[in-house]
Amino acid sequence: MDAAARQSYWKRNLRLMASLLVVWALVSYGAGILFVEQLNTLSIMGVPLGFWFAQQGAILTFLILIAIYVWRMDKLDQEFGITEYEDEVHGS
Amino acid sequence: MSSVQLWTLIFVGLSFALYIYIAYASRVSTTAGFYVAGGGIPAPANGAAIAADWMSAASFISMAGIIAFSGNGYAGSVYLMGWTGGYVLLAMLLAPYLRKFGKYTVPDFVGDRYSETARLIAVVCAIVVSFVYVAGQMSGVGVVFQRFLGVDTTVGVVIGMVIVFLYAVLGGMKGITWTQVAQYSVLIVAYLIPAIAISQKLTGIPVPQIGFGQIMDELNALQTDLGLSEYTGAFTQMNMLNMFLITAALMFGTAGLPHVIVRFYTAKSVRAARYSALWALFFIALLYLTAPAIGAFSKYNVLNSIPGTTIGDEPEWFRSWQDVGLITVNDLNGNGLIDVAGGMGEGFELMINNDIVVLATPEIAGLPAPIIGLVAAGGLAAALSTASGLLLVISSSVANDVYYKRINPQATEARQLMVGRIAMAAAIVVAGYLGINPPGFVAQVVALAFGLGAASFFPILVLGIFWKKCTAAGAAAGMVAGLGTTLAYQIWTIDIYGNSDGILGINEVSFGAIGMVINFIVTIVVSQFTPKPTPAMQQLVEDIRYPGRSELVAAHAAGALDEEILHGEHDPKDDA
Repeated sequence: MDAAARQSYWKRNLRLMASLLVVWALVSYGAGILFVEQLNTLSIMGVPLGFWFAQQGAILTFLILIAIYVWRMDKLDQEFGITEYEDEVHGS
Repeated sequence: MSSVQLWTLIFVGLSFALYIYIAYASRVSTTAGFYVAGGGIPAPANGAAIAADWMSAASFISMAGIIAFSGNGYAGSVYLMGWTGGYVLLAMLLAPYLRKFGKYTVPDFVGDRYSETARLIAVVCAIVVSFVYVAGQMSGVGVVFQRFLGVDTTVGVVIGMVIVFLYAVLGGMKGITWTQVAQYSVLIVAYLIPAIAISQKLTGIPVPQIGFGQIMDELNALQTDLGLSEYTGAFTQMNMLNMFLITAALMFGTAGLPHVIVRFYTAKSVRAARYSALWALFFIALLYLTAPAIGAFSKYNVLNSIPGTTIGDEPEWFRSWQDVGLITVNDLNGNGLIDVAGGMGEGFELMINNDIVVLATPEIAGLPAPIIGLVAAGGLAAALSTASGLLLVISSSVANDVYYKRINPQATEARQLMVGRIAMAAAIVVAGYLGINPPGFVAQVVALAFGLGAASFFPILVLGIFWKKCTAAGAAAGMVAGLGTTLAYQIWTIDIYGNSDGILGINEVSFGAIGMVINFIVTIVVSQFTPKPTPAMQQLVEDIRYPGRSELVAAHAAGALDEEILHGEHDPKDDA
């Protein structure tokens, strides 16, 4: 990768991270805590919605967020021709 | 010997034999194998190992109880969100970059990126946090042995020590990782079977996550009738500010705990490190999505059967836990009945220890003896797997970061390995001692460890990767400020020292989130006024951001780069 490619790779990585972290904050701090009382007036499968987010929905969303991240980063790597993963070294 | 004890013995014996066999088959002879399993663990296996490493005796044995009984439903959500949300941060902010850096320990990154002073602060943080944790695991082993096999707690802990000694000292990270894969399998099967059975029994739906919605209305009604606040009601026990701060402290603390971070070094590549985070959260979610269901089912069962019962007329399972002192009944109003109106716990008529909820689930649901034995083996697997991961952090911090890096840089591979093994053996003895004689405040301190992880490591790791100009002095000052303020606040507010109200009612675990912000601010401000990292160091930080081979990172990992190029002219203060 040359300098310009690196810059664009990094920018796209940061943009992806930022949007996923916004969702991360919305489902946990938002739906699970800040708006829990309003959401509790609705219900899902017999459980008040805010409570459901705090105990089930947030965890499921976290899992989906990491899955999207892994998938998008794979595509990004491919686009920039990064294939040499297994060459990475270890030492101390 | 009862049939429950016989089955427990069979499952525990079989699982222990399996762990030792795996350790023998994967024994190591190099430092890379001992510290990071040679960096050659495939992502799904690494994910399962992270899950087992992460889910301690507290997750397996106590969490469902904490949510349903002491957290009264909603307030317990801080643990569910906090202990899983941290993986999103790990996956995106730390794992790929630390793996690319290619070192053995967290202090290794801190020392190489910043300075030797910062390395020593990091070593101390890593060792303190790990010892606090491991003591809790060992006493968990003691509880399981005592309750299920009727063995003395001390004997139980010693048996646990011997098993960990065999596979951790022999196999290092490689042995530990493959053993943890087996331990994860044991613990998740042991957790899910009773949950599915109890859900089927109460609701006719074999999926606990769906089943618990069926009883929620009734559970809320039961609690209201008994004078307790609603199970799903928000902010009945904890205000919004503390809910926010504790969730944050646990999330950022998870992303700052050395024994979790080090697992990403064991991945095959940067890509495998990302996938490891995904697999880890998947495996963890299986248990964490089930725990709130088990908690709700148990509370429903207890509230349906116990209040109003004549004392002396309790069900069988209730009495067997009374015998070991984990359920206590105290007829305060002298009417001969168990009353829960007003509440449960310390100072009320009925007190149920959080630790029994999961262990008692099969008995409450009337499941056969082999399943009860399996749950005991699962509890042991959870405790031992976490203990071994923590012991490895202690051992590698001592052998790699202190002995090899500071005391004897000429040490041969064989010699480093021997020091690592001796450090591990010594750590096991200390952990065992702490498990047998737990200091009274261990339970509190374990939660505090997260606050410390958030306040010390997380900010400087993230800034070290995402901000090239973050300086060594900034990081050292930030760590000291974050850790110092958090420790001071925690000591000031813990019950044993008096002032438990604190400032604005912020509780001692919550403060970790504030300590983290302090660390961020101090690191950023001090970095403005102190010498910038060398051009080579800035280039190195730049290079770890992209996967794929880069000469500089490879040379650094192989130790071929000159100290002066990386850190500038030698500063004698760094030797302090």
